[in-house]
Amino acid sequence: MTSHTTTPLEYKTQQSQMNILGFWIFLGAEIVLFSTLFASYFVLEHNIAGGPAGGDIFVLKDVLIETFLLLTSSFTSGLAIHAMRNHDKKGLLIWMIATLLLGAGFLYMEINEFLHFIHEGATIQTSGFTAALFTLLGTHGAHVTFGIVWISLLLVQLVRRGITEKTSSKLFIASLYWHFLDVVWIFIFTFVYLKGMVM
Amino acid sequence: MSLDEFFVTGDPMIFASQIAIGLTMVGLIALITYLKRWKWLWSEWFTTVDHKKIGIMYILAGVLMFFRGGVDGLLMKAQTSRPEMGILDAQHYDEIFTTHGVIMILFMAMPLLIGIMNVVVPLQIGARDVAFPKLNALSFWLFFVAAMLFNISFVIGGSPDAGWTSYFPLAGKEFTPGVGNNYYAISLQIAGIGTLATGINFVVTIIKMRAPGMSWMKMPIFVWTTFITSIIIVAAFPIFTVALLYMTLDRLFGTHFFTVAAGGDPMLWLNLFWLWGHPEVYIVVLPAFGMFSEVIATFARKNLYGYKSMVYAVAGIAFLSMLVWVHHFYTMGNSATVNSIFSLTTMMIAIPTGVKIFNWLFTLRKGRIEFSTSMLWALAFIPCFTIGGVTGVMLAMAAADYQYHNTMFLVAHFHYVLIPGVVFAVFAGLYYWWPKMFGFKLNEKIGKWHFWLFVIGFNLTFMPMFFVGLDGMSRRMYTYAESTGWGAWLGFSAVGSLIMAAGFAALVYNIYWSFRYASRKVGNDPWNARTLEWATASPAPHYNFAKVPEVDRLDDFWYKKKKGETGLKKSDLKPVHMPSNSWTPIVLAAAFGVVGFFLVFEWFTLAIIASVGIVVGLVANTFDYDDGYHIPVDELEEEEREWRGDLK
Amino acid sequence: MKAMKKLVYILTLLFIPIFLAGCESKLLVFDPKGPIARSLTDLIVYSISFMLVIVIVIFVLFSYIVWKYRARKDDGDFEPKEEKGNHWLEITWFTIPVIIVIALMIPTTKTIYEVEDIPQGYEEEEPLVIHVTSADWKWIFSYPEQNIETVNYINIPADHPVQFKMTSAGTMQSFWVPELGGQKYTMANMQTNLFLVADKPGSFYGRNTSFNGRGYAHMEFEVQAQTQDDFNEWVNDVKTTAIDLTEDKYAEILEPGNLGRMTFNKTHLEWVNHAHGGSEKYIDSELYEISHDDEEHEEESEDTDEQIEESNTEVEEDTSDSTDADHSHH
Repeated sequence: MTSHTTTPLEYKTQQSQMNILGFWIFLGAEIVLFSTLFASYFVLEHNIAGGPAGGDIFVLKDVLIETFLLLTSSFTSGLAIHAMRNHDKKGLLIWMIATLLLGAGFLYMEINEFLHFIHEGATIQTSGFTAALFTLLGTHGAHVTFGIVWISLLLVQLVRRGITEKTSSKLFIASLYWHFLDVVWIFIFTFVYLKGMVM
Repeated sequence: MSLDEFFVTGDPMIFASQIAIGLTMVGLIALITYLKRWKWLWSEWFTTVDHKKIGIMYILAGVLMFFRGGVDGLLMKAQTSRPEMGILDAQHYDEIFTTHGVIMILFMAMPLLIGIMNVVVPLQIGARDVAFPKLNALSFWLFFVAAMLFNISFVIGGSPDAGWTSYFPLAGKEFTPGVGNNYYAISLQIAGIGTLATGINFVVTIIKMRAPGMSWMKMPIFVWTTFITSIIIVAAFPIFTVALLYMTLDRLFGTHFFTVAAGGDPMLWLNLFWLWGHPEVYIVVLPAFGMFSEVIATFARKNLYGYKSMVYAVAGIAFLSMLVWVHHFYTMGNSATVNSIFSLTTMMIAIPTGVKIFNWLFTLRKGRIEFSTSMLWALAFIPCFTIGGVTGVMLAMAAADYQYHNTMFLVAHFHYVLIPGVVFAVFAGLYYWWPKMFGFKLNEKIGKWHFWLFVIGFNLTFMPMFFVGLDGMSRRMYTYAESTGWGAWLGFSAVGSLIMAAGFAALVYNIYWSFRYASRKVGNDPWNARTLEWATASPAPHYNFAKVPEVDRLDDFWYKKKKGETGLKKSDLKPVHMPSNSWTPIVLAAAFGVVGFFLVFEWFTLAIIASVGIVVGLVANTFDYDDGYHIPVDELEEEEREWRGDLK
Repeated sequence: MKAMKKLVYILTLLFIPIFLAGCESKLLVFDPKGPIARSLTDLIVYSISFMLVIVIVIFVLFSYIVWKYRARKDDGDFEPKEEKGNHWLEITWFTIPVIIVIALMIPTTKTIYEVEDIPQGYEEEEPLVIHVTSADWKWIFSYPEQNIETVNYINIPADHPVQFKMTSAGTMQSFWVPELGGQKYTMANMQTNLFLVADKPGSFYGRNTSFNGRGYAHMEFEVQAQTQDDFNEWVNDVKTTAIDLTEDKYAEILEPGNLGRMTFNKTHLEWVNHAHGGSEKYIDSELYEISHDDEEHEEESEDTDEQIEESNTEVEEDTSDSTDADHSHH
């Protein structure tokens, strides 16, 4: 449609614009989804039914590493989009791969953490609290997993097709998704881990 | 699990339906094969991304589900028509009122409304399709697969039996151990994903694809209601997604979200359910309001009175709809303060609704009212809905609600809201937009039989329920004692339901009759209407508009028509870009259905294997770089000449 | 079309007697037998009067407009004028509902607060406390002070406040005695409170209104209001004649099924109060398995019959006829 030199590539076609807007609205729905998960968690937080409470099972060090990995990955995905805007295919590829590796590291830590919880006697079936905890963390983790697979597939397309109107808008949307997961994690870090360990 | 546990056995009625379903399936497949229609079905319908065809499929499926839900309703009416009836036992009755509720709300009202939205909204804003045509097809197929999955529970495994609200702890595994309520959790989850996608799709379509010049306050009112409805969908459906996820985890994986034991909280379900459930009521009612507005304006031959206040009223209702969910459980022992606050927010909904009623009345005033079938539905809506509305205000008063809650009074109230508010609207919309979908009108004479039988039957069915409710009859009772004295009321109600059923039969006959005999010469604008969808041929061509219309004002088409400015210049024609058909939506949805079915029976290995289908569908989709195709100018010209005669 | 009009006519005629029949005997909600129910009925009648006015105004306006502005054959090419809307009119019909809402809201709030407490005039009296435990599909009533327990019926002193402390042993139910007051949910691990007073001695219909499975339709109970003397006598009778409630017997009562009336010495509150947890050990999901097999259903109903017979032998004194007759006010 419009071809101002200032319009970023990913916004060039009307369909891309609609895709990006649509994705923002989808993120709105995701916010409602995570809000519901958080609200339920707050309702069930103290229903430990004789099982372990948050403070008993959380390990601060691991959580800090997870947070570091995910925050860094958000930063690298930002660098990737910056490279994309400069038509730097190689930079885009490298930073996206870095993002993926950091994401995978986060997942590895999270799976370990889950195993640790189970080892401490907190399975998803233990209590109202553990059900809400595992579901909230698990939903976030599932999103990260989905994101990793999705971005990998997009990188295959990028290698094949280069930075085009289509691939750029796809990668831009994926980066929005990735930033969103980061924001959700900040809330999890604050309201699940810190709150659980302080209280 | 043995085979006789898998199939529902032992009941002659269900056995007969099993055979009937089997025979119908075989018959249909044989018929399609005989007529050599498979390829046509696949390429014209199953893989289509055309919003009009998708809309029509929604409507067909909705009418089919209306039949199923209606039969459930008739069975309930038959069972309670006299005291101590023995047609259904308690368990069957429980299953039937559950499926009646779920089907009527989620598999009848939703698809019929979304179907009409699909057909009409892109045409009304002068667009060629929705923003994401392929996603739109996926929405439909997810809904359809979910509806089928829900319906087979009837013959395979057993139906859900905890009410459409599926309250915990009852809906938990401890109290309803069968697979019935698994069907509820999983099929509604699948349908919900589809609906959410529809919501997103329409928000973007309406923001981005309006014809040049159509600013917000120049949009047809139905587009406005669709837009606001879509926003509520985006805001409310994720809550249900989470609630159903918890339900699934509780039932399939032994977690304790809503259980009595181990720190679960059943009241969390009630809150989450109604946080979604109340907005859901407005998701179905608001587009209906939009349709009535269009129909009333058209057949009163006047513009809609107070257009702006109508828009604000709809927005106000949508906003308030999020703040009233507690009124579904005033009797939960909330503090008096909480109940007072929610009484107030609930009653406040009456204010914008009242504004709408008066605006409709004043649209009619000083008009020239034509009693077409479509208009009759819109007119009957006003008094019937008023009764539903005022009883709603009565229910909103928490203290009074302690005497109405869970009684037949409540049942009568919400049928008086939903049937005039949604079903009448769908009928009005079908009669009104039928020519735009199919190129012929539904028969007006049969339509009037349909109208009178249905409206009379409706009032006879539900009016007595107010009275038995006030006499202490609670809802969902499969039987009652002679000494209660309710027999006479409910007998009447049962007769009414038969009349209503006759009305529905008249609609089906009307569709058949009109399909065979109705005149195919309806022209582009058979009702002398006001909005853009009437500016193009009937049925609308697959590209909708040969040239995207330009809009200067509200009801632009009406004024252009008067000035004779609706013609098309040959020089305006340019090749039209259209999206290609796609097989991914139907295949992806089918994979969801298969995975869902395995999950219902907790066959996890099979479910995991089948979910490979979902992954393949998604991967195929992301690698799909199909850019659609262009319709050349000659083709456009030819099609346009067919109904316009000569081009300028 | 003619045939259709006839049909409308006949149906209207048929509908009239049923309305009359309804008005002849009072509907339960309009027939309060205690102060709490009376304040609810007053509120309901007050709201109905408003609603009737609204309905009449809209119906009259609607009929008039539709009749007056119908299309006529002789009006030729009459083209209605476009109207934009009128601010004053729109403000008017915005304001009127606002006023109505305020008019309804004030008494509603008052009543909400009112029915939460002991009704006026009874504040001085010490209420009789009854613990209500609802289970699938029966009502269990414990009188902690009297140390007796009943199933599916309660006796209360008339003209005296009764405080119900309510909970559930499993699914959610709703406790409702329409002639005495509004309903409230009973939920496991939670306690809800309800005050009721009966003006005079009499028998009142009570039931569960919140669907909770197969036995739901029959989950009824009777409230028998007696004079203070009769009530005391009944308590004494129970204490001298009824058998003791045991933990085993109680577990048996909690098994899903409909039961007749029962009366016991002692209450189950000694070993479990479902408001504070402990319900799960009584819940056996196998007993909730369903089968569409007709034979099994017959078996089940035989079971219930047996239980009812069994229970009848345990009921030492049955003050009224039967549960079925509870709702015989017509």
